[in-house]
Amino acid sequence: MFSKLLVFIFLSQTYFVFSQDFTNGGTFTGNIESTFQYLNSDTLIGANQPAEKGLINSYMNVFYTNKNFKAGMRLESYLPRIQGYPNRFDGTGIGMRYIGYVNKLVDVTLGSFYEQFGAGLSLRAYEDRALGYDNLLDGARLIVRPYKGVVLKGVYGYQRLSFQRGVIVHGEGIVRGVDAEINFKETFDSLLNDDWDLGLGFSFVSKFQADNEDALILPQNVGAYGGRFNARYKNINFSGEYILKEQDPSNDNSKIYNYGHAAIFNLGYSKKGLGILLSGKSVDNMSYRSDRTKDLQDVFINYLPALNKTHTYNLVATLYPYATQPMGEVSYQAEVLYTFKKGTKLGGKYGTAINFNVSTTHSPVHHTSGFSPLDSTGVSYEARPFDKSDSMYWMDINVNVTKKINKKLSFIFSYFNININNDVAKVSNDAKGMISSHIGVIETSYKLNKKHALRSEIQMLFVEKIKKGLPNAGEINDKGNWGTILLEYTVSPHWSFGFMDQYNYGNPIESKRVHYPIFTFGYVKDATRFSIYYGRQRAGLFCVGGVCRFVPASNGLTFSFTQSL
Amino acid sequence: MKTIIFSSFFFLAFAFNAQESDLKQLPSINLVDLKGKKVNTAALGYKGPVVISFWATWCSPCKKELNTIHELYSDWQAETGVTLVAVSIDDEKTKNSVSTYVNGRAWDFAILLDPNGDFKRSMGVNNVPHTFLVDAEGNIVYSHNNYNPGDEEKLYEEIKKLGAK
Repeated sequence: MFSKLLVFIFLSQTYFVFSQDFTNGGTFTGNIESTFQYLNSDTLIGANQPAEKGLINSYMNVFYTNKNFKAGMRLESYLPRIQGYPNRFDGTGIGMRYIGYVNKLVDVTLGSFYEQFGAGLSLRAYEDRALGYDNLLDGARLIVRPYKGVVLKGVYGYQRLSFQRGVIVHGEGIVRGVDAEINFKETFDSLLNDDWDLGLGFSFVSKFQADNEDALILPQNVGAYGGRFNARYKNINFSGEYILKEQDPSNDNSKIYNYGHAAIFNLGYSKKGLGILLSGKSVDNMSYRSDRTKDLQDVFINYLPALNKTHTYNLVATLYPYATQPMGEVSYQAEVLYTFKKGTKLGGKYGTAINFNVSTTHSPVHHTSGFSPLDSTGVSYEARPFDKSDSMYWMDINVNVTKKINKKLSFIFSYFNININNDVAKVSNDAKGMISSHIGVIETSYKLNKKHALRSEIQMLFVEKIKKGLPNAGEINDKGNWGTILLEYTVSPHWSFGFMDQYNYGNPIESKRVHYPIFTFGYVKDATRFSIYYGRQRAGLFCVGGVCRFVPASNGLTFSFTQSL
Repeated sequence: MKTIIFSSFFFLAFAFNAQESDLKQLPSINLVDLKGKKVNTAALGYKGPVVISFWATWCSPCKKELNTIHELYSDWQAETGVTLVAVSIDDEKTKNSVSTYVNGRAWDFAILLDPNGDFKRSMGVNNVPHTFLVDAEGNIVYSHNNYNPGDEEKLYEEIKKLGAK
């Protein structure tokens, strides 16, 4: 029914455009993306050839605005889906569509929309296509700006769970939310001078899902609510958010009746040439989904950011990445970036930039005395914000130096020490306990002339032996040491050619000391891009020829096409 | 179902038509800058040409592009009056590092935050870096995906063409 209404509106809008002079025809924007794979089987790296051999994902977004009117849609197609994509995407059809009206006071959307309240700890609907993540809300949204500096939002909808036979499949529960935000400086412009800035926000989100279980009385309406602030004095910025979640027995938390919380704060200082950031995060029992029976990345209503740097070098980004543990963790992060000025001893002719970053994550303390896990309350422990134990999940210490030698030559030197607790945040089936790794990277850029340039990366990863007290202590942990080389030749503004080889030379099993070579080719013209990859690929964030995206493990040919409209 | 597909293509056909005969304007999205000030993308309020560059703290080619332009920026501004608006698509995970990075590298660009990708989506950006050139009337006249060393020269040529008008 809704689709028919949309068709009618699109058509009538089209006729409306048609009947007018084209110079008043509003604005269209959008994009197209298509990725085709032809894969071979490769038993050495565990890559299988799909029965269809060829796989293809395609998307096209079109957004239209004309004065106060807006409309948009996304057609998507999986024939079948490329490797690594969630297994419940198939067919061709409309994956997102909306119509709306905007003026200075109101912004109304009917249909699909993306939204975020504050830092997203209570609600965040977003799309990350590279990951196959899309938890958009389908329903209605109203945004009101009644007075300068004040924004009120109301949302109501079902979440997108999957896309089957070309049709959106929704999550079972309904999601409702309101959010209010005030920026004092905008509202009372006489009150504060330019040195200050202060904003406050409040959000309340609720989900409804029928109680379909006989054994327990499950709360059908579950709320999550809290507030946030952002304060700035001159160069110092301080912000934070705290969200409390009501009792929400689910598969994630083994049906306990505890309240959950998520808290985050950021304290930053920056001036020209220097940036400092301290962040903290505390999470307990904060998996919040519109269907209590779902797992993995399905129908999350909220978003819990991992508190660590997003790395880009291949070995660093793809082997030992860390994701938030929604059931509980306490994390801290500190980052400093300093640029030695031009003309100083350390700065040299062009300046030298140094970046230092450290992040840690520990398990929270669960106070269990006085709680009986089997009593009628269903509450099994107490967790206090930022109350951390000694049990470490993650630690990352990294430093990099960017140095330009002359107009042609520049270097980036990096060192990373990454520790990940594989028993909690599982990244490998081969590893035992804490994986400690040391990674060094030298990136060299050399400009041959105005248009031609070379770039290389040499990466070495060393894994520490299995820790004392564990079975097989003293033996090689996980897959052992790795080395990567990357060479790239680019001709501006159109061409790029690359070769990368990752070599697992330190694998404890000799037959698994495998090379992962890959050739890349890219052609870009304005907003059009073609790229071809051929070879073996490990899963992970992959950057070649200037573009970064997530690519799953495979052996074969990948062809991709992107176009912005 | 067939009618939906059919009418969609009908709709799309017009999208291309309209694009050929008309220059695109910037869509209207509300973002915030690093000081928390609200900025509407359809009313940026700069006099001369504007370069809009989508980037992220985790994207090395983006940083390479912007650090290269940073070195040339004062010359570009003096010669053409151009303003560069660097739109960060960092989400909550890395959003707070934007100010650390921008100031740490002493950039003079205008910075906007697009943590949930609203502006990125409405500009049709597939992946970063993606750079748009907007003339003084607010029309998008050139765009380029990706960054290879030397691409800044092509961008600057396009900026200079606007000045010559």
